[in-house]
Amino acid sequence: MTENFPLYLIILLPLLGAALNLLFGRRFGNTFVSVVACSAVAGAALVATKAVLLVASELPARGALVDQLVSGDWIVAGDFKLQAGLMLDRLSSVMVMVVTWIALLIHIYATGYMEHEPDFARFFGYLNLFTGAMLILVLGDSLPVTFVGWEGVGLASYLLIGFWYHEDKNATAGRKAFIVNRIGDFGFLLGICLLFTVVGTVKYADFGSIAGRLMTPWWMGWPVGYWIAILLFVGCCGKSAQIPLYVWLPDAMAGPTPVSALIHAATMVTAGVYVVARCHTIFDTFPEAAKMTVAGVGALTALFAATIGIVQRDFKKVLAYSTVSQLGFMFVGVGTGAYTAGVFHLMTHAFFKAGLFLGAGSVMHAMGGEGDIVKMGGLGKHMPITRWTFFVYCLAIAGIVPFAGFFSKDAILAGTFAAEFRMSTQMTGAQAHLVALYPKLLWGMLATAALCTAFYMWRLYFVVFTGKFRGTEEQEHHLHESPMSMTLPLVMLAVGSVLAGLIGVPAVMTHGLPESLEHVLTFFNHWLSPAMVPASPEPHEHWLEWALMGGALTISLCGIGLAAALYRGGISETAENLKDKLGFAHKLLWNKYYVDELYDFLLVRPLRRVAVILWKVVDNLVIDLGLTKIGPYIVDSLGALVQRFQNGDVQRYIIAVMVGAAGILFGSTYWLAYQGIQGEVKVERRTVTLKLGDARMRPGQLIYAIDWDGDGKFDDTNVRFNSELKHEYGNAGQFKIVVEARDPVWNMVKRSDDWFFGASTPLSAKVE
Amino acid sequence: MGMILPIVTFLPLVGALLCLALPREEEHIHRGVGIGTALVTFCASLFLLSGLEPTKMNHVVDFAWVESLGIRFRLGIDGISVWLVLLTTFLMPIVFLSTWSAISDKVREFVIAALILETGMLGAFLSLDLFVFYVFWEVMLIPMYFIIGIWGGDQRLKAAIKFVIYTMVGSLLMLIAILYVVVKAHQVTGQWSFALETAQKLVLTKTEQIYLFLAFALAFCIKVPLFPLHTWLPLAHVEAPTAGSVILASVLLKFGPYGLIRFAIPVFPHAVETVAPWLAILAVIGVVYGSCVAYAQDDVKKLIAYSSVAHMGFVVLGLAMLNSRSVNGAIYQCLAHGISTGGLFLCVGVIYERRHTRKMAEFGGLWKRMPVFAATLLIFTMASIGLPGLSGFVGEFLVILGTFSAKERAFDGMPAIFENARLLSAFAATGVVLGAVYMLWLFQRVMLGPITNPQNRKLTDMTPRETVVMLPMLAMAFWLGICPNTFLQHIDPAVTQTLIQFREKYSAGAAEGDARMLGDSAKAKVEEPTAPGGNP
Repeated sequence: MTENFPLYLIILLPLLGAALNLLFGRRFGNTFVSVVACSAVAGAALVATKAVLLVASELPARGALVDQLVSGDWIVAGDFKLQAGLMLDRLSSVMVMVVTWIALLIHIYATGYMEHEPDFARFFGYLNLFTGAMLILVLGDSLPVTFVGWEGVGLASYLLIGFWYHEDKNATAGRKAFIVNRIGDFGFLLGICLLFTVVGTVKYADFGSIAGRLMTPWWMGWPVGYWIAILLFVGCCGKSAQIPLYVWLPDAMAGPTPVSALIHAATMVTAGVYVVARCHTIFDTFPEAAKMTVAGVGALTALFAATIGIVQRDFKKVLAYSTVSQLGFMFVGVGTGAYTAGVFHLMTHAFFKAGLFLGAGSVMHAMGGEGDIVKMGGLGKHMPITRWTFFVYCLAIAGIVPFAGFFSKDAILAGTFAAEFRMSTQMTGAQAHLVALYPKLLWGMLATAALCTAFYMWRLYFVVFTGKFRGTEEQEHHLHESPMSMTLPLVMLAVGSVLAGLIGVPAVMTHGLPESLEHVLTFFNHWLSPAMVPASPEPHEHWLEWALMGGALTISLCGIGLAAALYRGGISETAENLKDKLGFAHKLLWNKYYVDELYDFLLVRPLRRVAVILWKVVDNLVIDLGLTKIGPYIVDSLGALVQRFQNGDVQRYIIAVMVGAAGILFGSTYWLAYQGIQGEVKVERRTVTLKLGDARMRPGQLIYAIDWDGDGKFDDTNVRFNSELKHEYGNAGQFKIVVEARDPVWNMVKRSDDWFFGASTPLSAKVE
Repeated sequence: MGMILPIVTFLPLVGALLCLALPREEEHIHRGVGIGTALVTFCASLFLLSGLEPTKMNHVVDFAWVESLGIRFRLGIDGISVWLVLLTTFLMPIVFLSTWSAISDKVREFVIAALILETGMLGAFLSLDLFVFYVFWEVMLIPMYFIIGIWGGDQRLKAAIKFVIYTMVGSLLMLIAILYVVVKAHQVTGQWSFALETAQKLVLTKTEQIYLFLAFALAFCIKVPLFPLHTWLPLAHVEAPTAGSVILASVLLKFGPYGLIRFAIPVFPHAVETVAPWLAILAVIGVVYGSCVAYAQDDVKKLIAYSSVAHMGFVVLGLAMLNSRSVNGAIYQCLAHGISTGGLFLCVGVIYERRHTRKMAEFGGLWKRMPVFAATLLIFTMASIGLPGLSGFVGEFLVILGTFSAKERAFDGMPAIFENARLLSAFAATGVVLGAVYMLWLFQRVMLGPITNPQNRKLTDMTPRETVVMLPMLAMAFWLGICPNTFLQHIDPAVTQTLIQFREKYSAGAAEGDARMLGDSAKAKVEEPTAPGGNP
């Protein structure tokens, strides 16, 4: 069921704000810019809220609000017709609420954070542009429309990472982000193409009925749905920073901190998770190899990035790897079929990760831009609001009950543990065993990643906020709590980090509570499933669910305890010793497994080298020398050949003239002989009249012989040129006629059935 | 409205004659006449849109010219040519305005050359007679030769000669092919006719078609330019003045695809079956190769020139795939490339006028000094990369989509010749990645980072005149990206109609032995298409 609603307002307001700020912001000053930017997003947030309330109250679970942006079709090309429309259903509602409200908080924060920035207007213009594009992404009603937003956020991300463009480092980071994302888009685009090719539709509304067609076997024995899913997932890996395309996100921290919070933590990077949930019909294609891939990549990324996070010293780098890792969690969620859990974690993560980044921004604001945590310490007493809100976020991300991260992470872990991948029924016992074991393996990886998460987050907290200050005296002198515009969003996000989890409490915990309270506590569990996405898998036994929860909590507490032991009150000697003892392992982690260096060696530099070789060798040598030298060379050598004859030797001239004349005569005779045997056949009962073609230049000089019945013997010989010859056949039938022409002067003979000079149509007569 | 096509075509020539009549010294008057004529032509050409029926030839004029040979001055416009004509008339005022200060030497001659060039381009887009087409095709060549050779850079003569030789080689073969077709048609019908319609009805043997198609295609593929016939382009672009580069990239290159879809493909459908896969492969090589070589450049103009090779590769790929999606995409990409690359060359002109160098290493950090210019260049860069919402996306997307689905969703009755179309599509799509690689590299080297060269510290932002030059181009970049249907509403029916005609001629079968005319039912072998396919 669908209903019309002016959803275009939600995207139009931020885009208008962007246009106003980019075109005129400089002229009207910072206040104008802040008001325009914030009110544009606030307006979008209010309209979005109104729309979401409508979805919640008026529409059935599968219902959606729709809005046709272009009357008729947007792109028409033959049988490809694409409408540009927006759609708000329950899944996009979650995204829209997260995006608009968190964007609003971060816009407010940025008015304080960026107040000394000379390019204030440009910053907010980009930020609004991003918000608009992100809303197109989540509201688009088909993959191509989503792709428009998908690329739009990529552009905004590029511009904002390189916002301080006067440093080459920032510009390079922006470029890297854009290009790595483009590699993902390559897959995304082909995924859309394959979907259209096989299924014929790219609209989400039609996805309910395409499952059958996705099962068509396609390539390497896998169904087409698998390949579409994999291609789309390549795009998701780019945008959501998963292995092997995660490398841009840590570098993206070159952008201003509010950007890192909004784009590279809370919203844009979750787009991939959203797309997987949105296209779950495709990812659910039986056999579920695509989901296994998604979950595997997610788990690997979660663990991989979490281990890197343990040793990093840059405040924002730690958070960046943490984001990569948490996105991995979400992909394991959607990959194991726990779509609700994945999207739920997406939402809670948006609160606490945005908060963590804004907290980092607040700290760096106070530190005068310093980002190295080793040079911080003891900041808690100077900036209490930042400290305590950061404390809340750390509890949330570590997954301590009852903070938001606990419930969402628990949902993913429980879902993973209970997941079953439906694979072919013809598997051997060992294969089936492996498939059954796979979710447990994923669970193990996630649990380890969770341990690392708790450790590195609390390491960060202790190193930055407790102990003694380790920076310069001048820095210490300047330490201060941030202004209201910055602390207010911090507090609100902290409140969110506590409350957001409480709408998705697992059912086992709410047994026996009053029904209305239970309804609120388990609200999210019913919001998406079963109507929008399949229900998340859950362990059948309650004791197992409790045990998993307890296990997860224990793991988190262990991580926090370890961090406290090593870093509480400053960096302990044990920690330093441990670093030395770990030696190579530490070096490996510190250098992020040398992945950037590997890519540089395998891809970046070879591309450059190939480019130069192609240009210098193929273009300049082979083609230019080839084409432009060979052509003239032929002309030249012909010229040289001709020159050889022009040497003043009269005898040679005479020979040449004679050879030439002979050639001309010979050729013309051939030509004439050919001309002579053009004939036209007329049949009149048994009498056939052959009209020989007109040898225009030398009539009467050729002698003809005619074989009327194609038996190889000439019936009439020595026929002089004659315009018409008659022959009477004795019996009926189809006869082949062969005419021979002889030039008595040169004694040249040509036949009409000659393969080369013969008559263009073979002569024949059909007699009754 | 009856005479609107000759009026639009010859208005620029009238302007050129007017310039001849005016004294040489009055440079500003000549510039004014140039802009004025181009603007009037543009306004006149806007009338072409009203009531246009895309699937047939509109506003047809038909005068006898050389009666004994059946050469008639025949012009007409349909949904494919209308936007290319408008692109031409739209660009010319911009080109004139952009040269206001760039060309100060021999202004009168420049204005005359450019106006004659415009007449040549418009005539070639509009002509429905093979001879008239050939005449206009050659008319374009000479003014362009002078524009490169007189107002160009240091190596302008070499560039101009290379340009002319390449183009001439192609066009001579085309002339031979035209004559062959006309003589054959005369043999069948007994009447001399150079009309495109006659050529479209003439059915030749497959072998003949292949040779003739190759002769036509060589001329058009040199213009495109298709790998490996592209090496004249970087040199011509680098040496040409900004105005020349813009006209060359935005309009002249479009005659390649236009000639293919208007002449070569419909007239020789049975050759297409054999040759198209090779064209497609060369096109894809062009996409990847052009992108790679662009990345190796340190000259801004050369980089953009090679990017043209890549972008136009998409166009040829789309045409070779022969389905409605890809051909629409190809024509659309022509328009988009005209705007985005034209815009990029105008941008290069802006900084070249200030610094008289095109080496990327000489620039860096210009954003600080020229924010408006930075925004302009950024938008054209993004349009060139194919960012949705800007001009480049729709065309590239449709070509990739059309190529990808060429086998499964072939046009009804089309030969199923593209076994590996999906692979081609995947290779072409790497152009999307590589495009970002070299364009962002260019943008960073020129605009971002610190100002390293002290000469760049004194640079000034775009003047009001330069801004006025850019604004319509920017507007079109957005328009093409946001409202594709403005253009596709005309292009799509015309493309579909062309493909239907192609299919009809294709499924009637090639001639065996004697040539014949299509619709000559006594001899035509009616053969129902057997190839599986989706909808037309």
